[in-house]
Amino acid sequence: MKKLLALIAALAVFFTCACSHIEDETDEAAEGEEVVFEKDEEYYSALKDDNVTINVYNWGEYIPDGSDGETINLNAEFTELTGIKVNYTTYATNEELYAKLKSGGASYDIIIPSDYMISRMIKEDMLEPLDMDNIPNFKNIMDRFTDPEYDPGSVYSVPYTWGTVGILYDNTAFTEEEAENIGWETLWDERYAGNILMFDNPRDAFAIAEEMLGYDLNTEDSEKLHDAAELLTEQKKLVQAYVMDEIFDKMGAGEALLAPYYAGDAVTLMEEYDHLSFVIPESGTNLFVDAMCIPKGARNKEAAEMYINFMCEPDIAYAVADYIDYSTPNLAAYELIDDDVKNDGISYPDDEYLAEKTEVFENLSDEANNKIQNLWTDLKSAEEYTPNIWIVPVFMALCVIASIVILIRRHVKKKKEIF
Amino acid sequence: MKKVLAAPYLVWMVVFILVPLIMVAYFAVTTADGAFTFDNLAAVSQYANIFIRSIWLAAISTVICLVIAYPLVVILARINVSYQSTVLMIVMLPMWMNFLLRTYAWMTLLGNNGLINMFFGLFGLGPFRLLNTQGAVVLGMVYNYLPFMILPLYNVIVKINKSVIDAAHDLGCSNFQTFIKVLLPLSIPGVMSGITMVFVPAISTFIISRMLGGGSNLLIGDLIEMQFLGNSYNPNLGAAISLVLMVIILFIMVILNQFDDDEDRVLM
Repeated sequence: MKKLLALIAALAVFFTCACSHIEDETDEAAEGEEVVFEKDEEYYSALKDDNVTINVYNWGEYIPDGSDGETINLNAEFTELTGIKVNYTTYATNEELYAKLKSGGASYDIIIPSDYMISRMIKEDMLEPLDMDNIPNFKNIMDRFTDPEYDPGSVYSVPYTWGTVGILYDNTAFTEEEAENIGWETLWDERYAGNILMFDNPRDAFAIAEEMLGYDLNTEDSEKLHDAAELLTEQKKLVQAYVMDEIFDKMGAGEALLAPYYAGDAVTLMEEYDHLSFVIPESGTNLFVDAMCIPKGARNKEAAEMYINFMCEPDIAYAVADYIDYSTPNLAAYELIDDDVKNDGISYPDDEYLAEKTEVFENLSDEANNKIQNLWTDLKSAEEYTPNIWIVPVFMALCVIASIVILIRRHVKKKKEIF
Repeated sequence: MKKVLAAPYLVWMVVFILVPLIMVAYFAVTTADGAFTFDNLAAVSQYANIFIRSIWLAAISTVICLVIAYPLVVILARINVSYQSTVLMIVMLPMWMNFLLRTYAWMTLLGNNGLINMFFGLFGLGPFRLLNTQGAVVLGMVYNYLPFMILPLYNVIVKINKSVIDAAHDLGCSNFQTFIKVLLPLSIPGVMSGITMVFVPAISTFIISRMLGGGSNLLIGDLIEMQFLGNSYNPNLGAAISLVLMVIILFIMVILNQFDDDEDRVLM
């Protein structure tokens, strides 16, 4: 009898589990009811039987890859549609991408650098012009992004995502009034000393200082760069740490109160943590665009263009924007986005603000880049107190003296041994 | 026959050690176009303060490692052999885990809302600023490199014959004298290789200073990385800094070897 009861109980547990599992699945299906658009089968099957593999080099965490079990895996979808295999690798910074391409030894078919890096690569002849006839979906791109300053006439690049830089803050530490007044100058406010995080990336850090000073974000003027560096040096004593990705952990754990960051990542963070809010300063900010390009030496240009075109499909671009939370430059995808997201003022600031208050990075001359690099190194290596300066030379001198003494001692000993 | 057996390592050494070293030296004395120049090496001198800081922090970490490790090893060498292997395993245990993860763990321990400050908070103290300081960088180095000090020290000290120490006592040495005249000289080879194995990685570390130093305590390693992945791509300057770093390490090693040779000779 007991056994029977146990069996029934076990069966009951099993069925409830099974049922709830089924329910979960249906829920997910309803929630993630993907808007699927007709794809041009004929276009996408052109290379189906050629057994082509393309190498895609993208930012980390910058595409829905199905890793969380809920979203679709775009690269797998692409392979299913076209028969082209995708070899997908990631990088962390534009400079890493640049160094990798420059040093050779790796061949990529698709890269996704940011604006200023694209213009630098165009200047150094590192990109292949795109054949827009192979990318019919380019028509989906918003007019605002079709003739960018970094790539006049969109010869080399098709925008993938864009966003702005703003300030992520801990809303439990600010009154409503204070929160409304958060701007770039708040990052210099002594009241928040030790609770401010700052970009560990000279270009972004300088842009904030230049914005404060009312300078052009692409200035190459040596004096203006000096002013910006001075302002950043002034800020250094208030800064808790210079970080990039660590912002996720530090802001999430409440280690700091203020941190400038990219809007897309801020949205991801805000979804996870209620205590975080994001504001784009009224006074203006940097607008960045990450765009798909084909580097020189790509082995499968046609397949790469097909990949770019695939990424510009409305439903695919929507899936990207929905997953990584960066803003989409794709008008057809934008129309699919929830009104809440459109109107929250973070991902899609109003047109007037975008047109008048934002500025896109351009490539700087080598001299200006070196200048910034040097100023940044000075800034980061300068200490407020330097009591140790003489200790090391003294330490070195002691080492030298000690070794001489030992040599002499040894010499004397040897002589003694001889006698 | 013996030569044939050595061939795989010889090839390995040439391809992965010798050739890269020559390339570093070559890049250090050329411009981006390949022309010969001393400008890169001259430009390194502007970073003297970073060099000094790196050497200083590495030296402090090495000394702390030595001060912690030496008494531990002396005590360890005296206890029952079966306990010895257990303690050694505990020393090695953290090394089973990835270096980055261990350093990451310190970030959460030392933070303003970290475990250590939470503990102080129980008594109404703090929060203290522990993370993003030079002290945190030193702590990270000591924690990560301590096993490299303990193991060579242990290997040497455990082999010191106890009768030598007994003899010293019998002949009227105090404990202190035994230590200075017998134990220390006999353990010098272990001390030297321990110092080498801690100092060299400590001086060239870069991720620890970024993670625990808050990015404002730039070390040589960070500086070299910045030349490759920073705002301006400058592999030649990066190579020059690496070359200077290698020369400094070489110089320090030579000095340390002086101690080593000398003591060896005395023992003979």
